[in-house]
Amino acid sequence: MLDTLLPILLFSALLLAAIGAVRRVRLWRQGRPSSVPVIKGLMQVPRRYLVDLHHVVERDKYISHTHVATAGGFVLAALLAIVVHGFGLQSAILGWVLLAATTSMFIGSLLVAKRRSPPPSRLSKGPWMRLPKSLMAFSLGMFAVTLPTAGILPEGVFQSGLGWIAALVLAAVIVWGLGEMFFGMTWGGPMKHAFAGALHLAFHRRPERFSDGTGGEHRSTGLKALKLDDDNAKLGVEKPADFTWNQLLGFDACVQCGRCEAMCPAFAAGQPLNPKKLIQDMVVGMAGGSDAKYYGSPYPGKPVGEHEGHPHGPIVARQGTSLVDPETLWSCTTCRACVEECPMMIEHVDAIVDMRRFLTLEHGNTPNKGAEVLDNLIATDNPGGFDPDSRLHWAADLNLPLMADKQEADVLLWLGDGVFDMRNQRTLRAFISVLRAANVDFAVLGNEERDSGDVARRLGDEATFQTLARRNIQTLSRYRFARIVTCDPHSFHVLKNEYGELGTAQTPADYHVQHHSTYISELVSANKLTFKAWKGGSVTYHDPCYLGRYNGEYEAPRDVLKALGIEIKEMARSGYRSRCCGGGGGAPITDIPGKQRIPDMRMEDVRETGADLVAVGCPQCTAMLEGVVEPRAGIKDIAELVADALIIETPADQSPQRQQAPAAPRPALEVAS
Amino acid sequence: MPHNATSSTPGGLNVAVLVSIGRHPLTARTRRADQDARAVEMALTLDGASVSLIHAGQQEREHEEALRGYLGMGIDTVNLIQQCPQADVVPALADALRQGAPQLVLSGARAETNEASGVLPYLLAEALGWPIITNLAAVEKVEQGMATVLQALPRGKRRRLRIRLPAIATVDSSAPAARQSAFGPARRGALEHLDAASDIDEALAAWQVQPARKRPKRLKIVKSSSARDRFKAAAAKADGGGGQTLTDVTPEQGAEAIFKLLKEEGVLR
Repeated sequence: MLDTLLPILLFSALLLAAIGAVRRVRLWRQGRPSSVPVIKGLMQVPRRYLVDLHHVVERDKYISHTHVATAGGFVLAALLAIVVHGFGLQSAILGWVLLAATTSMFIGSLLVAKRRSPPPSRLSKGPWMRLPKSLMAFSLGMFAVTLPTAGILPEGVFQSGLGWIAALVLAAVIVWGLGEMFFGMTWGGPMKHAFAGALHLAFHRRPERFSDGTGGEHRSTGLKALKLDDDNAKLGVEKPADFTWNQLLGFDACVQCGRCEAMCPAFAAGQPLNPKKLIQDMVVGMAGGSDAKYYGSPYPGKPVGEHEGHPHGPIVARQGTSLVDPETLWSCTTCRACVEECPMMIEHVDAIVDMRRFLTLEHGNTPNKGAEVLDNLIATDNPGGFDPDSRLHWAADLNLPLMADKQEADVLLWLGDGVFDMRNQRTLRAFISVLRAANVDFAVLGNEERDSGDVARRLGDEATFQTLARRNIQTLSRYRFARIVTCDPHSFHVLKNEYGELGTAQTPADYHVQHHSTYISELVSANKLTFKAWKGGSVTYHDPCYLGRYNGEYEAPRDVLKALGIEIKEMARSGYRSRCCGGGGGAPITDIPGKQRIPDMRMEDVRETGADLVAVGCPQCTAMLEGVVEPRAGIKDIAELVADALIIETPADQSPQRQQAPAAPRPALEVAS
Repeated sequence: MPHNATSSTPGGLNVAVLVSIGRHPLTARTRRADQDARAVEMALTLDGASVSLIHAGQQEREHEEALRGYLGMGIDTVNLIQQCPQADVVPALADALRQGAPQLVLSGARAETNEASGVLPYLLAEALGWPIITNLAAVEKVEQGMATVLQALPRGKRRRLRIRLPAIATVDSSAPAARQSAFGPARRGALEHLDAASDIDEALAAWQVQPARKRPKRLKIVKSSSARDRFKAAAAKADGGGGQTLTDVTPEQGAEAIFKLLKEEGVLR
């Protein structure tokens, strides 16, 4: 009986899976067009899976081993089952291999079951709780029916007496297993992640994220520019169908492992955001329906089951509720912790900014101080609404060389909007003293500099970002410099990764941009700086998101601190897992309330190390962390630590410079006018 | 969420808002004028009102960008009455308002560019023969040709007034702040050009215009020593306290009183 039943079961399950696949593909195709190399993408899947995806999964050794055993066993077992039981190829060798594959899968499913007893809060329950049992059903069922093929049980054992009953039971178990593994894969069960995930890897919207065997950095973190040339085009994402099709495919790949949730600073602070739920909401919207069938942690403070959406209905309603509430989208600090953790390589931040773009550019609904900040950026080129001609007032006594006078310099020092902030002015002064101590040929843009556009872009105001960026590119194109150095990781990221797309043939915008910690590290390696011995207390280092996760610079700041003689007491969450200070993505401007503040949590991380001082490398982080009430560790920028430890060279070296100062082309008075 | 202008009910209140080109105080970049934007905001929040925006001026790229700031608040069109730069816009605006016959005309109290004398609403009211109300803080209701409005007085005081429509009302910074201007609608909105004869402002041509000179400001010296005194000084009512409130008087008596006061103050001689 099984000989006839098994092929029927297998092929009908495959047929149903194929129908489901077509349905699923049609759901994705509701999205906007996006051109991808189809064949090349599909060819890349094994490498992207085995190298790039595995690299992320491997951070949790337990689950990576589990997944290798389960998924590897399943893929092999499924292929062999089709050959052996589907087409009836009675080969003992294949039978043995099939037995081995199902055994591996069974061991894997035991490990899956163990991890889910009891499940940690970040994992989804519901159908996901039955997955280990389904995996066992498939592997055990296939194992048992393959025993005669391998010659362990005699042929025909399932065709008499008790064998009949056993065959019936086995058939039922296999139906369960096939139902989950084949049918469920394309009809929306937990196994959907395998089908959608493989295609997501093939058609990822940021193919440059994946390694290609030639080595080098594979990082793609800059937001993609929004085309603004069509006056009638809708800007940003209003409905699920406004995402590109491969973004929708990406949402569908989510395995609900909750690693993003565990890392999200907004979720931990009790703000109404959970990256996992957000992606699931996009899946709900794409298919149409309510979020009642979501079995993971909800958005803090927002019960499940009250929101519903439709592929062609608004994601955020102007009034009342729809698929997602606007607070959810505005809670994100764009720290990219979720993207960094996601084993399925889903791009949460891109999706959030796409939806914010619609809210800002079409609804005109940037919350709290958002509208004011954007108006200031438009009218005064800085978020605080300060007089743009007062950019250098803080440096009236520093005789900063201006690009307008020098026309060329080795280093163009990008000051950023921190010039208007008294705390950040201390950092800038410190860094300038370091540059002078190392005799660096540098110049600043002064009043010609504008906001880099980072905040405008994260708040969804792509139009203002592009205006600011184009004007900055114009300004920069007038001068010659070898590199741009800045103390602000946000400007650093935008100049380095997001201006390039806006450059033109006449004014290319590909700059060599460095964060000041990288540059100081280079100066140290070149022996241009000498330091006193470190006498302070213990120090920890806080990685800024836009320096670390966005640009992969983890080492240079640590090298500088080491050169100062500081031994860093690392926080539990540092490096690529650094917790955001809460200051990115315009989050302090939109200011969505939560149960606690993100910087408070970060200073708690600092307190756990027992360090007396946190070294930072970002004006936002400095402001956010210093806003935490005392008693707490002190906060100092790397530039300040370096400047404090400087041993200034003999006066003889300095005197020519000193004499030059009064004769500088622009005396302080005029700069300050 | 305030009411959207485009979904007005037929036969509802017909509101015209006069909008001008604004100028940022620090950078002098053109923008939507703050008070005019507040007037648009007030019009948009009126229940069932159909809102039309009118600007009299020149068609220039910079001006267009500023006017698009109003469109971004969710307005479909701005009617742009073309005038030459030396024109006195009052006759053109008065004509447009007579033709459009709105029940309520809102505008900012004072423009941010050009003369910025703040008399335009008064001249319009005079030309049309309509009543004018200043410092509008809110329109409470409109019924049978009468509007109940709140007028803002100094120090947060409010006065409820009833006026017969049609009327002109000016809005200043006591009114609710304008909503965000969104880029998409601003770009899609239309500027409808209307041609009108330009009435050259002869008086203006005779004026001599020069940049304002920065004047020294007298420092306010607070002599008090304690925080309580300083607070009291900051929160104290304005000096004076003279003056009188006249109620139930005939227009002649009222005019008499005003005339007397102006003479006392030396405004009239």
